[in-house]
Amino acid sequence: MGEPVLSVVFELIGGDFSLAGDASSRVKRILQQAGIPAPVVRRAAIAAYEAEMNVIIHADGGTMRLEIHPDETRLTVADQGPGIADVGQAMQEGYSTAPDYVREMGFGAGMGLPNMRKCADRFDIVSAVGEGTRIEMVFRHNGPA
Amino acid sequence: MKLNDLQTLIPLTVHYAPADLTQELEGAYCSDLLSNVMGQAKPGMVWLTMQSHPNIIAVASLLGLAGILLVGGAKPEQETINKAASENIPLFSAPASCFEIAGLLYQQGLRG
Repeated sequence: MGEPVLSVVFELIGGDFSLAGDASSRVKRILQQAGIPAPVVRRAAIAAYEAEMNVIIHADGGTMRLEIHPDETRLTVADQGPGIADVGQAMQEGYSTAPDYVREMGFGAGMGLPNMRKCADRFDIVSAVGEGTRIEMVFRHNGPA
Repeated sequence: MKLNDLQTLIPLTVHYAPADLTQELEGAYCSDLLSNVMGQAKPGMVWLTMQSHPNIIAVASLLGLAGILLVGGAKPEQETINKAASENIPLFSAPASCFEIAGLLYQQGLRG
């Protein structure tokens, strides 16, 4: 894969629910303006939101990088968070370590990572306890609706 | 069924509504878990929820939902109303319970 046609990095601030969803909304708008097919935009927007919320809920902060290539869109979300001890467990639907105040807002249902994996054509997660988590997702422009 | 039909069907408060509410609804979805909505709700649906904080607007906007109806007497925070206006997401609230409203919408032909 060569140089992206477009590359943007968004800063994510942990614990700041007032800005939650802003980066994902901008990702969605950029993809729409770039003429990416609507079903792909939708999948990428959902995955971006879930990843963004995970950083806001669990980490001090992080970044979301959007890269648009001719054939695919890539989202890379990296945080300086607590890391995930057991990624396999975290990928299970319904498993969550979110605190109560976050769950009361309707977050922390344990669906974030499974939703991301469902939406992306490729999903990679690397995490180290005490260091952080990095998620790479690929959305093929001719991928499934 | 259209968004403006909601007002004739159930007593509700309009917190934000664009001029045109004649978009045909694609269905309705009931949930207070945001990731569940993210994973299951479809564009053009109206979303019934008790969650009233500003983050519901981002969810509706990202999914392309037709609007949000707060149920069971839930009232939106002012910031939620502000965000609804800036993202152009219709926002209503009603005292009736989620179950009752969902039943009425189902009777009108809406599906999940």
